[in-house]
Amino acid sequence: MSGARFSAKAAQRRWLPQGRRGPMPWIIAIMMFLTVLAAACALGLGQALLTMRGDLAGGYTVQIVEANAAKRAEMVRQVEGFFHAETSVRSYRVVLESRLREQLAPWLGEEAQSGDLPIPALIDMKLAPGTSLSKIKEITREIIARAPSARIDAHQSYLAPVEALMRALMWAAAGLVGLMLLVTGAVVVLAARSTHDAHRGTIDIMHMLGATDLQIARLFQRRIALDALLGAVLGTIAAAALLWLLDRNLAAAGSELAALISLPWRSAAVLLGLPIFAMLVAAVTARITVMRALERSL
Amino acid sequence: MAGCTGFGRGRSGLDMDRIIQFENIGLRYGADDEVLSDISFSLTTGGFYFLTGASGAGKTSLLKLLYLAQRPTRGVLKLFGEDVVMMHRSRLPGFRRRIGVVFQDFRLVPHLSAFDNVALPLRVAGMDEQEIAGPVEEMLGWVGLGGRQDALPASLSGGEQQRIAIARAVIGRPDILVADEPTGNVDPEMAKRLIGLFEALNRLGTTIVIATHDLPLIGQIGHAQMMRLDKGRLIDPTGALRFPPASAAREGQRPGLPLGSAQ
Repeated sequence: MSGARFSAKAAQRRWLPQGRRGPMPWIIAIMMFLTVLAAACALGLGQALLTMRGDLAGGYTVQIVEANAAKRAEMVRQVEGFFHAETSVRSYRVVLESRLREQLAPWLGEEAQSGDLPIPALIDMKLAPGTSLSKIKEITREIIARAPSARIDAHQSYLAPVEALMRALMWAAAGLVGLMLLVTGAVVVLAARSTHDAHRGTIDIMHMLGATDLQIARLFQRRIALDALLGAVLGTIAAAALLWLLDRNLAAAGSELAALISLPWRSAAVLLGLPIFAMLVAAVTARITVMRALERSL
Repeated sequence: MAGCTGFGRGRSGLDMDRIIQFENIGLRYGADDEVLSDISFSLTTGGFYFLTGASGAGKTSLLKLLYLAQRPTRGVLKLFGEDVVMMHRSRLPGFRRRIGVVFQDFRLVPHLSAFDNVALPLRVAGMDEQEIAGPVEEMLGWVGLGGRQDALPASLSGGEQQRIAIARAVIGRPDILVADEPTGNVDPEMAKRLIGLFEALNRLGTTIVIATHDLPLIGQIGHAQMMRLDKGRLIDPTGALRFPPASAAREGQRPGLPLGSAQ
């Protein structure tokens, strides 16, 4: 018989009509598409910042500005000797003058290659991780003692504005994720209220037959959670496809900065966990919304 | 208790507990005048009661109080010995499961089949699905709808829907059955059959309260008590207006069972 054909849970699910799903899955799909993109942006930028900081941390360029080539060479030799002896200096490399002249050629033209134009000597130096500020100051003093005209620039300071911009973009993207989840919650609240109102008659009957608020709320919770999961999976698949295309285009562009933006497996796991999270948010929100609506009745 | 009476049949084996008690109950909707005023009575376990009165007298409102669809605005209402007026709403489902209701407008769930509508109280109560099919099929057969188990309410006639509503109300063997015009849409033959069902349920100990205009229906239950509402007030709460009157010489119809035992 019809009643016996179904399990108890299946029978309970039919307490609400099993009709068309309505627009909620599609709205959730769009929200989730945007959420995944924003989350990917936040995670990618976060990863890029970490990579950039790692690459630039402890990196310095010592620029010895001395017109006299012999004196300049002597200063470089002195500084090299100091770096060699100093244990806090993990590595150093004197940039070849020919390389510098090559790099300056586009701006200075033929004169850059002639050797008549004095150019400063550059030494790239990397300090050991965790070098204290006082040690850095001490090293700076030692360099100046050996090359009074030396200028010491931290690599991090070159890209500080870029880093600030990336950080701002990362937090903006994270904020967008938060807002999207908030809006998703609001959509669920509206959908739950609308579904509750649409089935008010059935709910009243269930109440009169002794159904508890929890029994009724579970029906809505399950339905809305499934709608949310369906929408979230669709949105995530679409976003993942777009991210894959963007990744291919970035790789083809060959930009070093773009290459910094990558998603390690942990970030990918976070993105793939978003649909589950959205479903849980939807289920909890629906349950709370319906329970509150039911509390207004007797 | 002002105007309180204990209607009861004094049948052997049945206790005389007051299953329903109204004390100075008043009910108003919003800021309007009271639709029920100073209602006081008590009903005993296993009694059979009719509630009569003109349209608008307050019968449906009184029934709503009985099946906990409404709380009174004043007074004390006790069901099964417990005051339900101030009771936390989380406790109400347990009480409602002990009360079967036949609504005047049937209130069947439109997207559920006849079988599923009748099975609802059992499923709400958490009964195993294997234990549901037998009683539901039997009950549907009893109300003459054994062959229409899969029919949706919209495809059933008014009378058939009413029988489904009655089957749903009695399937869980409630302690109290409240019915609002339960035979209004069925032919006399089926009405007689349904009253027989109510009587059978009553014999098993269920307290029956039926709101009706149908005097012949009232006449079918010799041992029933009658309450009459007029403009929101209970007329003759002493039970003197029971129908048929005691002088109708129907004592012989049910040996040992007085027509009424109003106190």
